[in-house]
Amino acid sequence: MKSMVANGVRGALTLLVFTTLFTALMAGTYAATKSIVDKNTADAERALIAQVLPAGSYDNNLLADKLTLSLADARTLGNDEPSSIYLAKHAGKETGAVVETTAPDGYAGRIKLLVGIAPDGRVLGVRVVQHKETPGLGDYIDAAKSNWSEQFTGKSLGNPKLDGWKVKKDGGAFDSNAGATISPRAVVKAVSKVLVYVSAHKAQVFGEAA
Amino acid sequence: MITQTEVRSISHNAVWKQNPTVVQILGMCPTLAMTTTLVNGTSLGLATALVMACSGGCVALLRSFVPNELRNPVFILIIAAAVTILDLAMNAYLHALYNVLGIFIPLIVTNCIVLARSEAFASKNGVAQSTLDGFMMGIGGTVVLAVLGGLREIIGKGTLFSGVDLVFGAAAKSWVLHLVPADLNYQFLFVVLPPGAFIGLGFLVAGKAALDRRADAARRRAEEAAAGGSEVQAA
Repeated sequence: MKSMVANGVRGALTLLVFTTLFTALMAGTYAATKSIVDKNTADAERALIAQVLPAGSYDNNLLADKLTLSLADARTLGNDEPSSIYLAKHAGKETGAVVETTAPDGYAGRIKLLVGIAPDGRVLGVRVVQHKETPGLGDYIDAAKSNWSEQFTGKSLGNPKLDGWKVKKDGGAFDSNAGATISPRAVVKAVSKVLVYVSAHKAQVFGEAA
Repeated sequence: MITQTEVRSISHNAVWKQNPTVVQILGMCPTLAMTTTLVNGTSLGLATALVMACSGGCVALLRSFVPNELRNPVFILIIAAAVTILDLAMNAYLHALYNVLGIFIPLIVTNCIVLARSEAFASKNGVAQSTLDGFMMGIGGTVVLAVLGGLREIIGKGTLFSGVDLVFGAAAKSWVLHLVPADLNYQFLFVVLPPGAFIGLGFLVAGKAALDRRADAARRRAEEAAAGGSEVQAA
């Protein structure tokens, strides 16, 4: 009976020693890599945002100059958690805003997008950031797969008119591939929602500049 | 510490005879999910090899301190720690690739081949031998993942080395080979999706078995010929 207790205690102590040792190792690695990991994450985020802005159109830290939207405002843009609008500035003057938005009605769930908008309401760029559309069918909305998303650049609420913000198949102005219109339809709708939101909140987004 | 013959027999055993993927058929989830391109397959394979070398070495080093009945929890602890450290290191130093391999790095911990080798080999052998065995087992898996990834990439997308820039930086983008001109937008969806991986793996398993059988037959024929030859000589 006594040896069983001793055995158990020894086993528990052995486990304790091993757990402490390896936890210390992992914690050490975490501490050693944390600053690099944080920098990588920020860099990746910044690079992602920069994709929808013309090169050289800003000189500020995009992650620092941002507007955090209330949950209600974020919801009108399709996001289900508070989202942000990143401001691009050149020599202190606003040159664009990057809006996070979500199209809820993709073929396979939500499509997350970044939309860059100039202070005059023109689209600077659209990028699909996250989607689960069918590879080879609906995924051409992704800039990595085709240049479909480039057709938004330069468009605005007047060009085409709001009822033209549809795919051609629905009588609108935007191209889509035959047999895969659900994904582009969702994207077009989401982009137009962003334009409507930004034009309604122009002062709030671009401040005095607009 | 470790002899040349040992190195050769451990390597041969790990890479060919007991190949984790096409002979032991272990670690199928990452095998099927991550072999969409040559670069993805190879990267995940090498990450697994690294984890297996670390965990094999650690297990062999600590095996005399581990009571027999506590073997499993301690081995799992060692493997989990090795994977966590690799995960953090990749996140820090190979961030782009880390984004691609995503959840499959932490999942190396559940790859049964890692625990299987700790239990079957590292718990009974020396540090050098166990490290080598783990690493070579990983390499054996890597070879299969690379071949499967390469095949699926060629047949499914008509390219080779796509995504190589994730490992070597943006300059490597031009290394991508387009076997089918890029502007044709060629894609064979079935091969790109998991069913293609299943069928491809089936061919590789069968191919390995066929090669073994042919080598066996050749050996037998050579033995017979040798035996026959000596009879002739004796006559």
